[in-house]
Amino acid sequence: MLETPLPGVTELPGVTNLLSVTDLTLGVKRSNSSTVIVDSVSFDVATGDRFGIVGESGSGKSMTLRAIANLLPVGVQVMSGSIRYNGQELVGMNRGKRRGLMGPEIAMIFQEPMTALNPVMRVGEQIAEGPRRHLGLSRKAAMDLAVSMMGRTGIPDPARRALAYPHELSGGLRQRIMIAMAISCRPKLILCDEPTTALDVTVQRQVLRLLEELCDDFGASLVFVTHDLAVVNQTCRNLAVMYAGRMVETGRVKDVFRDPRHPYTKGLLDSAPDFDQPHRPLIPIPGFPANLANRPNACAFAPRCPFVRDHCLEESPPLAPVEPGRDAACFYSDEIFKKVTV
Amino acid sequence: MSVDEAVLRVSSITKTYHLGNVLLERLSKNKESHSALTALGGIDLELRKGEILALVGESGSGKSTLAKILVGSVAATSGDVFHEGSPVPARRGKDLTRRIQMVFQDPYSSLNPRMSVGSVLSELLLVHKIVPRREVRAESIRLLNRVGLDADVLDAYPSQFSGGQRQRIAIARALAVRPDVLIADEPVSALDVSVQATILELFKSLRDELGLSSLFVAHNLAVVQHLSQRVAVMYLGRIVEVAETAELFANPRHPYTRALIASIPRMTAESVNDDFVLEGEPPSPFNIPQGCRFHPRCPFAVQACIETDPALMPVAAGHDSACLRAHELPTFSSFPVCQEVL
Repeated sequence: MLETPLPGVTELPGVTNLLSVTDLTLGVKRSNSSTVIVDSVSFDVATGDRFGIVGESGSGKSMTLRAIANLLPVGVQVMSGSIRYNGQELVGMNRGKRRGLMGPEIAMIFQEPMTALNPVMRVGEQIAEGPRRHLGLSRKAAMDLAVSMMGRTGIPDPARRALAYPHELSGGLRQRIMIAMAISCRPKLILCDEPTTALDVTVQRQVLRLLEELCDDFGASLVFVTHDLAVVNQTCRNLAVMYAGRMVETGRVKDVFRDPRHPYTKGLLDSAPDFDQPHRPLIPIPGFPANLANRPNACAFAPRCPFVRDHCLEESPPLAPVEPGRDAACFYSDEIFKKVTV
Repeated sequence: MSVDEAVLRVSSITKTYHLGNVLLERLSKNKESHSALTALGGIDLELRKGEILALVGESGSGKSTLAKILVGSVAATSGDVFHEGSPVPARRGKDLTRRIQMVFQDPYSSLNPRMSVGSVLSELLLVHKIVPRREVRAESIRLLNRVGLDADVLDAYPSQFSGGQRQRIAIARALAVRPDVLIADEPVSALDVSVQATILELFKSLRDELGLSSLFVAHNLAVVQHLSQRVAVMYLGRIVEVAETAELFANPRHPYTRALIASIPRMTAESVNDDFVLEGEPPSPFNIPQGCRFHPRCPFAVQACIETDPALMPVAAGHDSACLRAHELPTFSSFPVCQEVL
C-alpha cells in the first residue's frame, strides 16, 4: 500500500504525498519493559486529500495524530518508523525547526476548544499569535488577519468577538476560533482530533461543512480522527480503521462502508445505529478491547472475532492488499467476505 | 391518550434561574433581559406506561433541567409533576424518591470510587427495605445478572471497570429499588459505538421484560430513532414537537425538527441531505426572542411568527407541533428552503 498511491489520487497527475507515515511505532518505555501503543502504522495523505482515522478509545488513533504534530504526552515516544512531511523527515528533526513547521505548514484542531484555548487571553490575540511569529506580521496586521479569519469561519461580528475571552463564547463559536487559529497561517496539512464531538448536531454540520470548504479553498489536506463513523462518511475520502494500536483496514470510505473486509470494521458498522436503516438490529461486538500491555503474537481482535480460526491465535496478520486500493489485516478476509475458499 | 396511561406527567413546568448578583445586574446594560435565565418556559409532557420517550434538543435547550425536575433533584419555579395521576409534592417522600430513578451521563463521575459495587447495591436494598438483610447478596447478584454482569464484580470498585461496565452498574443501582420510571440523561453519549449498542439493547430489554417506563435524554437522533417509541423535541426551554418516532422522522411538522434531521451525519453516502443547514446558534436563554422562539433561524418565518408565541397544538393523531405554519410546511421528502417566504 505504501508504494502504490491510494485510488482517486492516481487520477490526478503529478500529485505526490504530502504526508507519509511509515511503520510508525509509539510506545511507553520503562526501565525494564516497554509497552507498544501504536504498532507499525503506515499511511499516505495526498495533497488535497481528506483522510479519516477511525477507532474506539484506546485504539491509538489520537496518539498517531499527536505524533505527527509532535504533541505526544510525556513518556510516550516514537520508537521506530518515519513521518515524512513534504519530503522532510519529522522524526528526529531538531526542535526549533519542527516548531517552525507547526502553524505555517501543519496545524491542529483539538476536540475540546475550552481546554485548548488560553482562558485569560482574548481570542483575537490568540489567533494573531501565530501570524505574528511565523509570518512576521506587525501586531496590527496580525490582528486584522485574525479578524478576517474569524469572519472566514462564519463568526458573526468578528471585530467585536475578537475582543472576547473564550468563556464568553458558545461551544460552536469556540470551535470556530480554533479553526480560525489553525488556518491563520494557511497550513497545508490540518490535523483534527474529534473536532465536533463536543458540539450539537446542527453546529456539527456547520463546522464539518466549514472544514470541507476551507480545505478546498486553501488546497489543504486533512487528517481527521474520530470515533463517529457517520462523520467520517460525510467528511473523508479515504480512511483507516485502527484496533489495538494497529491498522486493520484501509481504503476508500465508500468501499469500506459498503463492503468491509475486516471483521472488526464489520462489527463497528453493525453496532452503530444507522439513521437510514432504523429497523436493522444493533449487533454489539462481544468481549472487551485488547490489553495493550500484554500483547501475544496473535491477531489482537481474535478473542472478539466471530470468525476466529486456529491460525489467528498463532500469528498476527499483516495489513495486506485484498483488492486494488483496499488493505485488510485478516488472514481470512477473502473467505469471510467474498465466500472464496482458499 | 387518557391520563391514566401516563405514569409521569408534567404540566406548565417553568424553571428560571436568577443571577442573584446585584453587582452583575447593575453592570449589565440591559437590565431586564439579563437578570434571569429561563431554562424551561412551560413544559407539558407525559411519559406513558412501558414506553421509552426520547427527549432531544441542542445543549442549553433545557432537556437535562427537565430530567432533574422529574427526578426531584431540582425544584421547578412553577408547574406540577404528577406521578400516576397524583401530584408530586415539592419535598418527595422516600417512596416517591424510590419510584423515579436516574442514570447519569458520565459513568466515571456518577459512581462513588470508594464504595464497592456490592456495598452500593446493599446500601440501597437495606435503606429502602427492598429485601430482608439475609437476601441482600442474592438480590444484588440477581440485579447484576439482569444488567449483564457476573456475581464476581460484587467486591470490585468502579475504577476496575470500563465505561460500558460502569454504566451497567449505574443501571443496576437505579433498578435496585424497583422503580416505575427510569430517567436517563445521555446514558450512552460517553461510550464507544460497540459498547453503546449493548447498553441500548439493555434499555430495550428492561422495557420489554420489566415494563419499565423510561425518559431517555439524548442528542444522537440515530440512537433515538432506534430505541424510543415517542420523541419530544426541545428548543430553548420549550417542547416544539412530540410524536411517535416513525411519524416524527417521516413527517416532521416543525422547522426545527426538520433542521435537526437534515443535520444528522449519515452512514450511507447516497442519503446525504444537504438541502437545509441551520445557520447560527440558539439564542441566549437570558434573552429569548419575542414571538416564536425559533423565528430568527427559521426559513419559514412570517410576520405572524414574530408576533405570536405558538402553543404546542395537535396536528395529527398523537402528533403535536408548536408551529403556526405546521399545516403549510412543504412535504419533507422534497425539502429545499422556500426562498419566497423569507
